[in-house]
Amino acid sequence: MTPLAISAFTLTTALGRGRAAHADALSRERSGLAPQAIEGCGLSTWVGEVAGLDVPLAGALAGWDCRNNRLAQAALEQDDFLASVARSRARHGPARVAVFIGTSTAGVRETERAYRERDPAAATLPSWFRHRETHNAFSAADFVRIVLGLAGPACAISTACSSSAKVFAAASRALAVGQCDAAVVGGVDSLCFTTLYGFHSLQLVSGAPCRPADAQRDGLSIGEGAGFALLERGDAPFRLLGYGESSDAHHMSTPDPEGRGARAAMRAALARAQLAPGDIDYINLHGTATPANDLAEDRAVCGEFGTRLPCSSTKGWTGHTLGAAGVVEAALSLLCIERGLLPRSLHTRAVDPAIAGNILLASRAAPVRHVLSNSFGFGGSNCVLVFGGGA
Amino acid sequence: MSIVFVEAVGLVAPGLASWAEGRAVLAGDAAFERQPLPALQPGILPPNERRRAPLGVKLALLAAEQATLGATAAAAQLATVFATSDADMDVVHRLCVALAEPNRSVSPTDFHNSVHNAASGYWSIGAQARGASTTLSAHDFTFAAGLREALIQARIDDTDVLLVAFDVSPPPPLLAARPVPHAAAIAMWLRRQATERTLAQLSLEGMPGPESVMRDAELERLRRSNPALRSLPLLGAIARREAALVHFAVHGGLALAVRVEPR
Repeated sequence: MTPLAISAFTLTTALGRGRAAHADALSRERSGLAPQAIEGCGLSTWVGEVAGLDVPLAGALAGWDCRNNRLAQAALEQDDFLASVARSRARHGPARVAVFIGTSTAGVRETERAYRERDPAAATLPSWFRHRETHNAFSAADFVRIVLGLAGPACAISTACSSSAKVFAAASRALAVGQCDAAVVGGVDSLCFTTLYGFHSLQLVSGAPCRPADAQRDGLSIGEGAGFALLERGDAPFRLLGYGESSDAHHMSTPDPEGRGARAAMRAALARAQLAPGDIDYINLHGTATPANDLAEDRAVCGEFGTRLPCSSTKGWTGHTLGAAGVVEAALSLLCIERGLLPRSLHTRAVDPAIAGNILLASRAAPVRHVLSNSFGFGGSNCVLVFGGGA
Repeated sequence: MSIVFVEAVGLVAPGLASWAEGRAVLAGDAAFERQPLPALQPGILPPNERRRAPLGVKLALLAAEQATLGATAAAAQLATVFATSDADMDVVHRLCVALAEPNRSVSPTDFHNSVHNAASGYWSIGAQARGASTTLSAHDFTFAAGLREALIQARIDDTDVLLVAFDVSPPPPLLAARPVPHAAAIAMWLRRQATERTLAQLSLEGMPGPESVMRDAELERLRRSNPALRSLPLLGAIARREAALVHFAVHGGLALAVRVEPR
């Protein structure tokens, strides 16, 4: 594919707000995980919670108020993202700028609250509940579109934990076919009981900070986050070089133990980027810290890249931000390119002897030209992205 | 933009139980009679998965099976685009009921079925389809967003694509907040090359225009009743073997235009 310029990007996670906060956390080795203290939640687990989302949306956006949209709003307002989109909108016209947003939760936290407050005898939810502006997956994309004043093609992509990686693929295609001249891509996912108790019911949640690739790993730490990027034709200091997508066709909630789908997606991403495995300097792993994911992913990575390429999951820093993980880890990958940094797999003490890949147990400085970022989701949905610096 | 060919169509809607029935009604050869949906028993799922699959998944897979004409080898090669505004609202309802109880004991099967891409996951397992698969939502405009993505993907990623659009009727109390009165699904096998089976050819156009509607009042009510059935004006043109420029309403008062030519 023709590489695309990433003219702007930003992210918000438990590590902080914006690029500088994330770069600072990475250099100081500060994790965003903390014991959960969510009102009414009885689970003993650590989460990556974003602080300061307590102020309701106001004015014209008041009807869209929910934690998910507050998180999106907070991220849009940092790192000059609004100004960058405004320039693009002025250059191309609002109808020529597309919006693709990944989410798995949207505002289901509001639906949970509406059910708690409902009158079980009544056939309706409380009158304050707004399906379209909070619960519906498209709410995340429509909200971003309205905040940014855009009128191009728009949709939400919801493929569980690969959602906001796949938005880069959809945007690349829309640009290639000429349906738009720029695209805002991103992802937003917020902490809620559905995912906390849901992953708990599958026995996939750790009671401690998650330890990707560790011999003692016992599940994930759930996080929340938002990230956005502006894609355009041309050159910029950061570029999207390739994407690869595949399906496991194996099981709804367990990866193919051989990692065949994951490997096929990595191959497709390399082929689109016109790069060989040896051109990649670092892999940002999906690395959820569940026993099955990390082992299957390692098979796929070592099959394609051998066992020497530096790899790490950043889930020990941010938690697993689910539908936002793709774009959060894309943004972290770009920070690694910018800063020449290979971040370590935080909380990992001793690598599982069954894992053969070169898991980084210490962060180090090194030139980073090309990063490959993995995102895999329930339903066997795989998406792999390749990023690079400017041409 | 370049052309994509419709190889086959699948349809499951009240009174339009299959593409064969739907085509006759849409072409004006048979009267429309509102009927309950047929039994949803997609044969493509292994018995274990069929037991676990929720209603929306079975509905989507039934339409997908129709649209792939039993061509299992070809179906395994297709990229897929699933377009659903709300996926399985029955599952959402059960989870939210459980999460409102003091012990918050949710079913692990309900949780993995609650992902928006559950239908895509079950289809890939049943059809052994290992290619790219996207699941998207655009509220009432979901069919147009799915069709746009499928047509683009066919050309840019150089692949044949199976497009499946579906939504179910939410149970109370969600129904009042999202009034979709009944379930429906449509599917289209889209190819890069014409074959002897090709029904029509489609291309994206840039021309704005008012949303296309159904002339028949009952069919127009049906079109508006479910996001997947916003496809009816397009299916009507295919059924009548008519050349047409079909406009779909999208967000913000805008439209997506698709040119249809018979083959």
